[in-house]
Amino acid sequence: MAFMTKGDWYNSQAFWQNGPAPGAIYNFPGNTAQSESNGFQRSQAPITTGTSVLGLHYKDGVVIAADVLGSYGSLAKYRNCERLMKVNDNIILGAGGDFADFQYIKNIIEQKILEEECLDDGFSLKPKSLHCWLTRVMYNRRSKFDPFWNNFIIAGMDDDKPFMGTVDKLGTAYADPVITTGYGAYMATPLLRKAYEDNKEMTKEEALQHIHKSMQVLFYRDARSFPKYHVGIINKDGIEIKGPLTLESNWEVANM
Amino acid sequence: MFRNQYDSDVTVWSPQGRLHQVEYAMEAVKLGSATLGLKNKTHAVLIALKRATSELSAYQKKIIPIDKHMGITISGLTADARMLSRYMRTECLNYKYSHDDVLPVSRLIAALGNKMQTCTQRYDRRPYGVGLLVAGYDDQGPHIYQTCPSANYFDCKAMAMGARSQSARTYLEKHLNEFANCELNELVKHGLRALLDTLPNEDALTIKNVSIAIVGKGTEFTILDETATADYLWDMEGEEERGRPTEPDVEQDNRPPQVPPPDEGPRDPIPAVAMDTE
Amino acid sequence: MSSIGTGYDLSASQFSPDGRVFQVEYAQKAVENSGTVIGLRGKDGIVIAVEKLVTSKLYEAGANKRIFNIDHHVGMAVSGLISDARQIAETARSEAASYRGQYGVGIPLKYLNERVSMYMHAYTLYSALRPYGCAVILSAYEAEGPAMYMIDPSGVSYGYYGCAVGKAKQSAKTEIEKLKLSDMTCKDLVKEAARIIYLVHDELKDKQFELEMSWVGAHTNGKHERVPSDVKTEAEAKARQAIDEDSDSDTEDM
Repeated sequence: MAFMTKGDWYNSQAFWQNGPAPGAIYNFPGNTAQSESNGFQRSQAPITTGTSVLGLHYKDGVVIAADVLGSYGSLAKYRNCERLMKVNDNIILGAGGDFADFQYIKNIIEQKILEEECLDDGFSLKPKSLHCWLTRVMYNRRSKFDPFWNNFIIAGMDDDKPFMGTVDKLGTAYADPVITTGYGAYMATPLLRKAYEDNKEMTKEEALQHIHKSMQVLFYRDARSFPKYHVGIINKDGIEIKGPLTLESNWEVANM
Repeated sequence: MFRNQYDSDVTVWSPQGRLHQVEYAMEAVKLGSATLGLKNKTHAVLIALKRATSELSAYQKKIIPIDKHMGITISGLTADARMLSRYMRTECLNYKYSHDDVLPVSRLIAALGNKMQTCTQRYDRRPYGVGLLVAGYDDQGPHIYQTCPSANYFDCKAMAMGARSQSARTYLEKHLNEFANCELNELVKHGLRALLDTLPNEDALTIKNVSIAIVGKGTEFTILDETATADYLWDMEGEEERGRPTEPDVEQDNRPPQVPPPDEGPRDPIPAVAMDTE
Repeated sequence: MSSIGTGYDLSASQFSPDGRVFQVEYAQKAVENSGTVIGLRGKDGIVIAVEKLVTSKLYEAGANKRIFNIDHHVGMAVSGLISDARQIAETARSEAASYRGQYGVGIPLKYLNERVSMYMHAYTLYSALRPYGCAVILSAYEAEGPAMYMIDPSGVSYGYYGCAVGKAKQSAKTEIEKLKLSDMTCKDLVKEAARIIYLVHDELKDKQFELEMSWVGAHTNGKHERVPSDVKTEAEAKARQAIDEDSDSDTEDM
């Protein structure tokens, strides 16, 4: 179980106490653990950020969406940041908040998946497992007062049933058929909840419609949003990430 | 007493490329009482023969639960088995904590194998002197795994180990094709018959000396209590007379030739091929 | 080996008077008792094949694999003690993961080979440890073409076009030398690899065996994977046929 027990690749266990470690002979120099003593700054604010992520259950799957803007403060700096990640054939991860933190975690998850593929034992990570794992990671970091500044949505299929869960930088986690993060939590939650309550067995097309509408509402009102977004669809046939799709908008009203 | 000069430490290879210390550790497994495991398409079953060290003592526990979906039966040094079972429980709990799911059996066994291997390569350690049969149920169905002091492990359809277990293995091999499709009750009976074959003729299976554990689809790992065990033994009783050859009758014995049960009492260790290099 | 038993062969940290480290040589003997493993490097990829000996009917088919995925693009086949070998596979995976983590690309096989070799070599230096009782073959398909290395228990490694290790390595090598490896594609290599394993398998000594095969090459987009079962079944059928024909002609000769 390599990915559970090995937190650190650079510090192999010594052959005996104070003896040489297998890695000591060929590791890169300067890998000895000393960074802790030099002091460091905890993260206090996100730097480059992504805004809302929206997710919605439909009859036989989940739809999830996020726009492509990377904001640098209030500056719309990066216009092509994909914030949906295909984890494996069964899971999509959507991220808001600090983009660098997301990339870091993305790297770790990719390595985790690669190790699992190498084992080739027929098991693949389940969405609820990834949700739980991410919750542990996020809560652990917040308990050190050094959080990963993200909101995550994990969407996937669990035993042929749709699953969607979320976790934020404080480690708050829950699963629900409707999840929205960031500005979307204020603006899109009521829209999507109503849509879901009205028709819990909606089709994929209907779900995509609702998501599109919500993204549009958010684009009108969220100053950190962008009219291009990716949408991820997951059902028992697999995963599809489409985009960037364009949001049409009419700003005539601004001239009045 | 020494077989040769290459058997003093685990760190010494013999000129033939063998590790005698590890092979001796394999002998420890044969000192424990017989125990076996088998499975059908939905369930895995462990059946063990318990010993009492004296008239006044309780019967030694042979089956240890690990998690809801897994348990082990042991043969060899019980104390070593407890270290391993504690490790297995911790791994299962950690996985449950971090992944909200049961740890796949094959992955636990692989981790355990690697843990056990380190003890076979260092001067300041000795191999674990215990063999385990692991019964587990996960998304890929029921499993029976066998682990050895040599840190080898095997994914088995059925397996028996411990004292006089060869006769049980012979039974299991003979009926191997029936297991997959038989009912759970029938599976347990197969296990009991196999275990019975390891007993000397004057001994019998009783609710005191038999321990049965079941895990499978919709069944958490359970060690059967005496009442449930009695039911199975009761079922067995009727067929015992016809099923069990009391004396190997040459005319009627259609079983493959069996290794005669070894004499009790002290004997020189005869290592099998302990570190299977296959 | 005249110095056997003179007391200079009990520790990995001790030389014999004629300058040899016997413990390492004995560890190599452990490899020679194991099932045969061959690696073939063609023009567009590498095929490795393993003769996995099965010692009991009670074992599930396909268990105790001797071919490992180390990374997306790297494969490893092992001969010798399987429990030792798994430890080396684990180390190799860590090294590959570490490189990927630091540089963002898969580890070049040259470097992985170097790191794993040195790891195995470290176990030949101390009296408190024993050398690993296994040899490993590493394979990958890289921008410069296919690459293959074999490391033995001493930690020595070489690059190979074709290599064999285990019980029947001698006869396997003889067979490999007959091939024009540099002209062959993975598709041809699979058939040859299966044929060679079936040919060198000793039916009298070891009854049952399973053939394990993997490949990595242009056709897999540089991904190391097991040979698909239909391709493998076909190659095995051809191999059996070839062996049968061979033994038929032998009888005719007599």
